[in-house]
Amino acid sequence: MSNPYSNIFRMAATKLRPLLLILSLVVLYRGHQQPGGGFIGGLMAASAYILYALAFTSAEARKKLPLSTSALLASGLAVILVSALLSVFSGEPFMTGMWTTVHLPFGQELHLGTPVLFDLGVYLAVTGVLLTIMFDIIEIE
Amino acid sequence: MENLLMLPLVLPVLAAIVSLFAKNSLNFRKASGVFFTLAQLVVAVVILVKVYRDGILVLHVGSWPAPFGITLVADMFSAIMLFFAGLIGFTVSVYALGLMDERRLKFHFYLLFNILLLGVNGAFITGDVFNLYVWFEVMLIASFVLITLGGERKQLEGAVKYVTINMVSSMLFLAAAGLLYGKMGTLNMADLAMKLQNDPSSNLVASSAMLFFIAFGIKAAVFPFFFWLPASYHTPPVAVTALFAGLLTKVGVYAMIRFFTLFFIPLGGIWKELFLITGGLTMLIGVFTAASQYDIRRILSFHIISQIGYMIMGLGFFTPLGIAGAIYYMGHNIVAKTNTFMVGGMVSKLKGTFELKSIGGLYKTKPYLALLFIIPAFALAGVPPLSGFFGKFILVKAGFDSHHFFVTGISLFVGLITLFSMIKIWNEGFWKKQPEEADEVVNYAEKKVGFALVFPSVVLALFSIGMGVAVGFFFDFCMTAAQQLLEPSAYINAVLGK
Repeated sequence: MSNPYSNIFRMAATKLRPLLLILSLVVLYRGHQQPGGGFIGGLMAASAYILYALAFTSAEARKKLPLSTSALLASGLAVILVSALLSVFSGEPFMTGMWTTVHLPFGQELHLGTPVLFDLGVYLAVTGVLLTIMFDIIEIE
Repeated sequence: MENLLMLPLVLPVLAAIVSLFAKNSLNFRKASGVFFTLAQLVVAVVILVKVYRDGILVLHVGSWPAPFGITLVADMFSAIMLFFAGLIGFTVSVYALGLMDERRLKFHFYLLFNILLLGVNGAFITGDVFNLYVWFEVMLIASFVLITLGGERKQLEGAVKYVTINMVSSMLFLAAAGLLYGKMGTLNMADLAMKLQNDPSSNLVASSAMLFFIAFGIKAAVFPFFFWLPASYHTPPVAVTALFAGLLTKVGVYAMIRFFTLFFIPLGGIWKELFLITGGLTMLIGVFTAASQYDIRRILSFHIISQIGYMIMGLGFFTPLGIAGAIYYMGHNIVAKTNTFMVGGMVSKLKGTFELKSIGGLYKTKPYLALLFIIPAFALAGVPPLSGFFGKFILVKAGFDSHHFFVTGISLFVGLITLFSMIKIWNEGFWKKQPEEADEVVNYAEKKVGFALVFPSVVLALFSIGMGVAVGFFFDFCMTAAQQLLEPSAYINAVLGK
């Protein structure tokens, strides 16, 4: 089948995908204190794959995904549920935030906690939902 | 143990996750869907017993104290409603096993079913006005998909009306909550109730109160906002209709009773009279329009409306007996209404249609089905010793005690017409001979009903009988709930921890 799009678009989509994914993770992490978060990060991650699906086909974009779209959605929900339940297992009320600090090798600190995990769940779920919808729309044509 | 209150929310989410992961095994999805609804029923029973014994349960989600965080509260009223949501969730999910076609099941019927229950459970136990709005939305989004699932032309036509009117209702709800927040600076229900009691200018919230009345009135299908219900409820498969009929309108009634007992009626104004007038009109109009219908599902849909009138009337009496009667009536109606729809579904499975004119002779061929129909139908009509008789008896007594003779008289008259409608279904569907010209329809139908359809109907029928025979036991719960609603200080103290 001949390619309706230019090679420039295809090359751009290929190179932009990892960049957008990294950027989406940065946005996800900074979201707890600054603008950003799981929802916007999820939108960016999904856009990386939507761009790829537009340049190539949705089938090829699906192949690049680590999980199927509905499994992404399900794992997102599962991560959210786990983050909400972690506090229950240590005797606190449902959804209480729990924090820990990880020391990185170069003297930096990573502030991690259940709200970040919750955001990660939102990130996965948003990516999953958006890709489910968008791939379906692309495939109708 | 306060974390017990999270389970009605966690279980349906877990059901959704399991259902999404088990993409390839339809049987596993069915089994897990039913299992999780059963688990919700068990949890609801545990919560009900615990609230009855130990008083109001409160969970401050995320350790944020009220009024800053979102609080989950279960008083007797919430616990009773939670129990009925669990009962209907479980029985309808079993019923759907025998009725839903494979295509709809593959499109995640049980996932949506559980998400709908998530919204209903959340609405019953939340202690925050905005959070209630969110649970309404969760419930509505799931119901939007359930009502269109399958994508038949008729379904889409019904869904357009259903979605549009519910969006309007949600917007009014949101506007009301916004106005209330602007005036009072809080949306925590207990905090709001306390501030309204002590605020000399609290009559200014009447605008929000009216908006809430219309928003919940639309959801509950109260006169004059009921028109969407009979236009949409007969279109989806009957398992979906049974679930909607049992639960969704009652969430509107729940919110109405909760808001107006906690906030608005104690402030004075015309609310009680408004409830009595709308209650009376809702009863009358619902029952008259039902009497003119010939499709089983349409008759039953119009009856939902008429029955809602009784509950609203009970709220209008605003005595402990009136509120207790309204709660008892809600429980009775949830069970009996769902059951009549279930039997209607069985009739259509045997006869291939819901149109009474083409049905007949069921008493001869399927006597046990006639028995299954007559129990919930007579319960709805209020024949002793079934649940509906005592529901009406309590409400009528409350009406006479508080000297509201006219509206009480209307409710008695409506009971009579209800009996007429039920006898019409009985005569047409079960008693008269099978019309001959309808034979070609029968060929589409199946010979047997199947255990999955009969079992939930039997459970609900036994429950209708049980609620009537052991009325003292059930009424005790309702009376406790009514006293808590009329004395909100216990609720306020439990939430705000004073």
